[in-house]
Amino acid sequence: MSYFRAENLSLHFGGLKAVDAVSFAVEKGEILSIIGPNGAGKSSIFNLISRIYRPTSGRIFFEDQDITEQPPYDIAKLGIARTFQNIELFENATVLSNLLVGRHRHSTTQLWQELLFLPSVRANEKVHRRRVEQVIEFLDLEPYRDKLISGLPYGVRKVIELARALCSEPKLILLDEPSSGLNVEETDDMSFWIRDMKSELGVTVLMVEHDMSLVNRVSDRVIALNYGRVLAMGSPAEVQQHPDVVAAYLGA
Amino acid sequence: MRFLFKTDYEDDIKLFPHSGYVVTYGVLLALLLIAPYVLSSYLMSQLVFVCIYATVGVALLILTGFTGQASLGHAAFLAIGAYTAAYLQKYNVPFPVYFLAAGLLTGIIGAMVGFPALRLTGIYLVIATISFALIVEEILARWESVTHGNEGMRVKTLSLLGVAVPRDSPTFYYLCLAVLVLTIVGTLNLLRSPTGRAFVAIRDSETAARSMGVNVALYKVKSFAISAAITGFAGVLFAHKLSFISPEMFTLQLSIEFIIVILIGGTFSLHGAVLGAIFIVMIDPFLTYLKDDMPGIIAGVAAAFGAGTATAGNIEAKVAAFASLNGLKGAIYGIIIVLFVLFEPLGLYGRWLKIKLFFQLFPLYKRATFKRQKIYVKSERNR
Repeated sequence: MSYFRAENLSLHFGGLKAVDAVSFAVEKGEILSIIGPNGAGKSSIFNLISRIYRPTSGRIFFEDQDITEQPPYDIAKLGIARTFQNIELFENATVLSNLLVGRHRHSTTQLWQELLFLPSVRANEKVHRRRVEQVIEFLDLEPYRDKLISGLPYGVRKVIELARALCSEPKLILLDEPSSGLNVEETDDMSFWIRDMKSELGVTVLMVEHDMSLVNRVSDRVIALNYGRVLAMGSPAEVQQHPDVVAAYLGA
Repeated sequence: MRFLFKTDYEDDIKLFPHSGYVVTYGVLLALLLIAPYVLSSYLMSQLVFVCIYATVGVALLILTGFTGQASLGHAAFLAIGAYTAAYLQKYNVPFPVYFLAAGLLTGIIGAMVGFPALRLTGIYLVIATISFALIVEEILARWESVTHGNEGMRVKTLSLLGVAVPRDSPTFYYLCLAVLVLTIVGTLNLLRSPTGRAFVAIRDSETAARSMGVNVALYKVKSFAISAAITGFAGVLFAHKLSFISPEMFTLQLSIEFIIVILIGGTFSLHGAVLGAIFIVMIDPFLTYLKDDMPGIIAGVAAAFGAGTATAGNIEAKVAAFASLNGLKGAIYGIIIVLFVLFEPLGLYGRWLKIKLFFQLFPLYKRATFKRQKIYVKSERNR
């Protein structure tokens, strides 16, 4: 059995088939990239996994558990974290509290304990903070700890979103275009971080990406989509040579 | 300017970031404690109202400022707290019991209001809460066996552990102050723990909050319940302070006054609730003063510029007639809200921060420090 599996996943908006009977599997500890032209349904697949959309048909399995009917907040509790294509951070909060929200799935304290701020809450806060500091160190975010998100540049926000996802200590992380809007150096950093996430933190990565050099550098396998259907699946080199993929990108 | 050198995670959790805060708030608390022995009874009475309004302001801040759910129904929560107290008093229930009962009942009703509110945002939520307030107002007027309808209810003098606490005694003031301080401390505790961060997360991006494992529906209901419960506690004190309650005291205008409290004080910090409460409580006597004295002053100015006695008298009568127009107070409140939203969106507390920073950085203060950056990339699709 695979670690994560989507079976015949479909999402239809009326007559438009955004995702059309897509099946794929992710093995534990691998980096799988989804590529495809604009509107191919890549982000829709992510939104189906994190339950922003409800699939028209098909099933999703994670660690041999059917998660198709789970409510959205339970997906994170199971250990699936994600980032967004158009950055969804908490604008009017500091970087630190953004990252601490990432720890939400590990919070165990009750409301009345928090109102009184009992020692147990204080102890928990320190544990959360320690984990957050590890992520801050991993992603070199030390200078921004107490800054408000609304005052930070785009590239930094992108990294903070990755950090927030990592703070939840996910087993599987969904990265929606991690390099969009980043310059060459920042993209380089991103590729190192993605590989380190796999090797050091043991996180399985599923990512949507347009930048083929990044895809080639980090991916173990690649899936190419077009019009909501899988065109090709395999190693980065194989997929790029595939005649259907070439046709989809170049229109030959 | 003081630079904090943080050496421990504790430094970010503490209520008072450094010793300066302890001194300032210590002095403030000491001043508030000796106030009954210094201030006139009129000012003491106003101070009690400041405490009650500030408590409601904090409650509204939790819901509107931190969770991002607007409400124009807080007068109804206040009414439920007040009527619960007045009703239970008839059966000789002791104060601590009906105080807690009022908070609990209002909290439960707040949660029930929260459920339909789950599917509503922005202006639709405002309309839903207004209708809730109107329903409560109507029930208070019609359910005569419990609320005595429009005749209203008399609230007996508060008796705490067998000792009578009249509504203008220092003890009653201390009680209101204690409720306010406990509310503020409790709210600060909440804001530095996971629940408070979940509230802020919901305010800024529901989608992201959800994908981080926040049960958005549950936390919205929690926010409504907490906010309503605090307002219910304030309602008990309000009832005792007025010693008589009737449905026309808990109208939409009161809900709007509560919104003014946080809008004018500043919606991003608890300081705003207190500053806004001072503003709203003090503006009423100020408007009365204007209403009584302004016509005479204007007529005097007109006379000084050579107007005849008849003309001056005519002007005085006209201004006086204008000043006692029905609904003028509501209009003035409306203008105040509009002016604050346009020119001081961060409220009085925001202005105070700007003044403080100006002197801390003198002469290097930049006007753009508090300018909000425009956000160009903001996806509205995933709602």
